[in-house]
Amino acid sequence: MSGNRTVKVTGTFLLAITVAALVGPWISPNDYVTTNLDQILVSPSVSGMHWFGTDGLGRDLFVRTMHGIRVTMLVAVVASLVSLVIGVAYGAIAGFVGGRVDAVMMRLVDTLYALPFIFFVILLMVVFERNFFLIFVAIGAINWLDMARIVRGQTLSLREREFVEAARLTGVSTARIVFRHIAPNLMGIVIVYVTLTIPQAILVESFLSFLGLGVQEPQTSLGALVDAGVNQMERASFALLIPATLLALILMCFNFLGDGLRDYFDARQSP
Amino acid sequence: MLRYTLLRIVGAIPTLLLVIALAFLMVHAAPGGPFDDERALPAEVEANIAAAYHLDEPLPKQFVRYVSGLLRGDLGPSYRYVDYSVNELIATAFPYSLRIGALAMALALLIGVSAGTLAALRQGTALDRVVMGFSMTGISIPVFVVAPVLVLLLAVKLQWLPAGWSETGGAGRYILPVVTLALPQIAYIARLTRASMIDVLGRDFIRTAHAQGLGTATIIRVHALKPAMLPVLSYMGPAIAAILTGSVVVEEIFGIPGLGQFFVRGALNRDYTLVLGIVVFYATLIIALNLVVDILYGAIDPRVRYR
Repeated sequence: MSGNRTVKVTGTFLLAITVAALVGPWISPNDYVTTNLDQILVSPSVSGMHWFGTDGLGRDLFVRTMHGIRVTMLVAVVASLVSLVIGVAYGAIAGFVGGRVDAVMMRLVDTLYALPFIFFVILLMVVFERNFFLIFVAIGAINWLDMARIVRGQTLSLREREFVEAARLTGVSTARIVFRHIAPNLMGIVIVYVTLTIPQAILVESFLSFLGLGVQEPQTSLGALVDAGVNQMERASFALLIPATLLALILMCFNFLGDGLRDYFDARQSP
Repeated sequence: MLRYTLLRIVGAIPTLLLVIALAFLMVHAAPGGPFDDERALPAEVEANIAAAYHLDEPLPKQFVRYVSGLLRGDLGPSYRYVDYSVNELIATAFPYSLRIGALAMALALLIGVSAGTLAALRQGTALDRVVMGFSMTGISIPVFVVAPVLVLLLAVKLQWLPAGWSETGGAGRYILPVVTLALPQIAYIARLTRASMIDVLGRDFIRTAHAQGLGTATIIRVHALKPAMLPVLSYMGPAIAAILTGSVVVEEIFGIPGLGQFFVRGALNRDYTLVLGIVVFYATLIIALNLVVDILYGAIDPRVRYR
């Protein structure tokens, strides 16, 4: 099955890159903050000291890139968890309670959909002085809408299924029905959408960092590295191309992984 | 239709108010004042500045003042560009953003719909796979990666196109910004069109049209295109928002003096009124365009009017 192969290939790649990002800085003799003005914009070389070259301040780009991947991944995973918690809770309540509550809650989601969220995130960054922790929360807070919709739809259809009715007939409490009978059945779809939320979070984080509103020096992320690369591209194109390629690959892999997982769960769900 | 239109317009007002209130509160929740600087000003000067911008009033009063200003179309003075009002800044910058955004949208629709239709007609062939492969790549790669890489390749290395913006440049200066802005939308619209076109082409009325001996081109143009465009039409709202967001990056990279650049500058300078004004302006624009899309949708597909 080709979907299965996509999942394996992209999953392996993402795992490999995560391991590299975790282990890389530890193997390399360099660190990500030390500047060396004698070695500015050194080209990448496999045999030399700097595998990915150095940046405009002579800092080792291999270690900075690996460090940037760590930051990017961390932001993405934490932001996705924030949106997971908000989205699942919101969607499950709307779907399970149903009726008027559901109508009002979903009307709010529709309203929020129309807002230009990214501008609010930028506003937030301006107001709260680019607080790192806030980036997580802000990105998570804008990405829960899809999750809420999906979970609500799923809950709505699960609620009417025979096994839930049977549980209710045998006197199982509402809380227990939600946690023991409905929640496990939401797992598949939630995993798929978390996988699809991660690239969105990466995108927002790197967008902000690219504009200079996200992660601040000497900390770095893939977006910040692309931004730095743009400023040097005429003299040192590697400084742009390496982080840009990695960012594109990571985003693509998450998208393909999410797609592949969705096919997998869809195939399992349809008889 | 009139009833539906009016309902939609009334429905958009709370959203707009929510946006304004949210943005206003966020700006005013900021710790420290907008004029806090490295060196402290004398207390009297600070009090004078606060009074001049009505910052000494209670928050509800300031909000009422701001909203009543908005109703008169007045976004207030800029805090950083002295002697300029936010209105003036938006009026000078927006035409650039509008031109680039509109061109990108037109390009995205033209190429996206054609490529998607072609892929649907040649489903399963190499052409289909190429279009879909390109489309997945286009969706995944962000504008701020595509733009510098294209600049590096086409402007710096090959020198075919200008890398930056100049007021005197010809049509060539539009090519790179518009194309980079349109690429992700082309990709998304192609995917959407392909999926819905495949769905529509499988319906009975298309088979009937074939049975009547109509050519494929006529069937697509007369029968299939309109129903197949409905999902694309409903994607227009998010697409507009995405193009506005993307234009912030594109203007930054190409040095276009558009609204996006003012927004980022304002954000970095902590020019609160400017940033607030641009958020309100963008939000109004997006909500208004969404409204237009909704109404168009109702005009094309009468079923939605009765939901």
